[in-house]
Amino acid sequence: MTGHRPAGGRHAAVRGRPGRRIASSPMGKLPLRARLATTIGGAAGRMSRLAGRGDGSVIGGVIGLRVEPDLLALLAAGRRVVLVTGTNGKTTTTRLITAALGALGQEVASNAFGANMEAGLTAALGQAPDAPLAVLETDEKYLPTVLAATRARVVALLNLSRDQMDRAAEIWMVARRWREALASATNCTVVANADDPLIAWAAAAAPDVIWVAAGQRWHEDSWCCPQCGSHLSRDELGWRCGECEFTRPPARWVLDGSSVIDSAGRVHEVSLSLPGQANRSNAVIALAVSEVFGVEPAQALARLRDVASVAGRYTQVERHGRQVRLLLAKNPAGWLEAFDVLDEPPVPVLLSVNAREPDGRDTSWLWDVDYRVLRGRPVFVTGERRLDLAVRLEADLVPFELVEGVDEAVDQVSGGRLDVIANYTAFQQIRVLLGRAA
Amino acid sequence: MAAGPPPAGGTHPRNPPGPGALRLVWVYPDLLSTYGDRGNLLVLERRARLRGLDVESVLVNANQPVPRQGDIYLMGGGEDLPQILAARRLRADGGLAAAAQDGAVVFAVCAGYQLLGTEFGGEEGQPVPGLEILNISSGRGQRRGVGEILADVSPILGVPRLTGFENHQGVTRLGPGVTPLAKVVTGVGNGDGTEGACAGRVIGTYLHGPVLVRNPGLADLLLTWAAGPLPPLPTGDEEWTQRLREQRLAAVPAGSA
Repeated sequence: MTGHRPAGGRHAAVRGRPGRRIASSPMGKLPLRARLATTIGGAAGRMSRLAGRGDGSVIGGVIGLRVEPDLLALLAAGRRVVLVTGTNGKTTTTRLITAALGALGQEVASNAFGANMEAGLTAALGQAPDAPLAVLETDEKYLPTVLAATRARVVALLNLSRDQMDRAAEIWMVARRWREALASATNCTVVANADDPLIAWAAAAAPDVIWVAAGQRWHEDSWCCPQCGSHLSRDELGWRCGECEFTRPPARWVLDGSSVIDSAGRVHEVSLSLPGQANRSNAVIALAVSEVFGVEPAQALARLRDVASVAGRYTQVERHGRQVRLLLAKNPAGWLEAFDVLDEPPVPVLLSVNAREPDGRDTSWLWDVDYRVLRGRPVFVTGERRLDLAVRLEADLVPFELVEGVDEAVDQVSGGRLDVIANYTAFQQIRVLLGRAA
Repeated sequence: MAAGPPPAGGTHPRNPPGPGALRLVWVYPDLLSTYGDRGNLLVLERRARLRGLDVESVLVNANQPVPRQGDIYLMGGGEDLPQILAARRLRADGGLAAAAQDGAVVFAVCAGYQLLGTEFGGEEGQPVPGLEILNISSGRGQRRGVGEILADVSPILGVPRLTGFENHQGVTRLGPGVTPLAKVVTGVGNGDGTEGACAGRVIGTYLHGPVLVRNPGLADLLLTWAAGPLPPLPTGDEEWTQRLREQRLAAVPAGSA
């Protein structure tokens, strides 16, 4: 499988020197070369932002790592680090955990904008040198490396499903690498979604696991037992393998509809500003992580409610007098989640799909999504691969109209509202068009 | 081996269209459905129904027996471990090989294509026994072939140039009695300039996309093998498919094989 690595990422270098002694933060105690690397990297990040070449969240890390390959480990030393990974919900859950940990009144470092490979994590830590806490979204493939470098206190595992398969690793292989890495993670608590069989298998090898029944809507990548390959059966109690003993672990936290039973058996209503069941799943993971740090669920929930949009997702913007809401969906499981939060028909929806490098060049996954739920509302399609979408919708007998872009759809909407579902680069294009307010 | 040479002009239906519905069997969607493989089933259903054929689709999971009375069998792509498991189960079950022996149409993609042969490469590259439906054998290549692929179909099949997407590290060698499905114009395919394999009414290919979505001619060939000659679709029903097809054919620089 082709690796997708940030330029200058030195992932082997960090893993390759486990014996090296690492002084603890804060900045003053960093070795000279690490301080230099951080300073140079920070300057590059500021210059990148000033030059308008992005938000500066990666370039500083790339340059810093060139100067000091162990920079991530050096910057993480002495802090309590949370790593958040999974196919969907990483950015949102990272944001929710950061919000909940705010209750501790201490600074929290975080790569809030989704730069989730080694350089992005390094830059986030470099920009908050005195923060004793860090919540870091971590790319699925990098979890073993980042875990070794940061010696994370908590690892949150959300879900695993097919995603950009022309450049990502196959997910059974990802789960196997996680399992190996987590098996030897001492002093680390894994907060894992027990309802996702691949997640359960990866986490089961870890010494300390807090199981959360956070739900699983997308089943198409987990019909088979990760342990023996036999068919998994599912019922309201969860999943179990018909042949080996592997079964859903008993959960300490249970999400049931819109309420959660916490680790002490208390029931809380999970009312959020973010829409949809997927975000309740993310929120429950955030509650379990926060409790490890001593934040009470009720206290955390109040803070989660303040999060209304995450890096443009779920943002509502006005365009030509209409309310346009932006939903990001990067893979089949993500589309299911997006359908779940659509306004009721007849509110129209615009779908936009590209197939650039960050999206995955292969559009086959469109055929893994069931679009029949869109029947009964006006559907517009756009994006660089709108013809793929057109053929897909035709096969599902969903009437649609092809449009050049978001404005053509907006101008045809009479009812005042439009939901937009777009994949990664299509989403970014629409955000730019609608202004950075989005 | 699959039964006989390709039917002359593809006009000898095994099951003449009549009161019985066209039976489409999707083999092991729980193990082998990685690259939008449902699309191939949906396209066959749609194109058959638009011709007035009744269609009955059966999804057979790995814990169920493969029925022997299907007209068209579909198998999709999968990761190494599910592929090995599928081989073990299908060999023990015997239903798919028996149906192929009886002359059913079999269409398999990527991991499913490799499964049809005598052996394929496992997760460490070790040889794993296949179903021996096609006289082909597959192993692990030096590098992964990922990207758009164009290939010109063997003229005897009468299907226009194929467009698809490939993502595999397999190398496939064809033995006697099997002809390549196509000759690679751009991409990797079997690894020797050919792409896919065909014998009788059995076709395997590395192309997804899904391949029948972008190549309606190939879909119609399978339907014709199973149900006899079919009228062309009205232009209105082909418009989006043809526009997508033209866009994908034009998007790939030809000749970089």
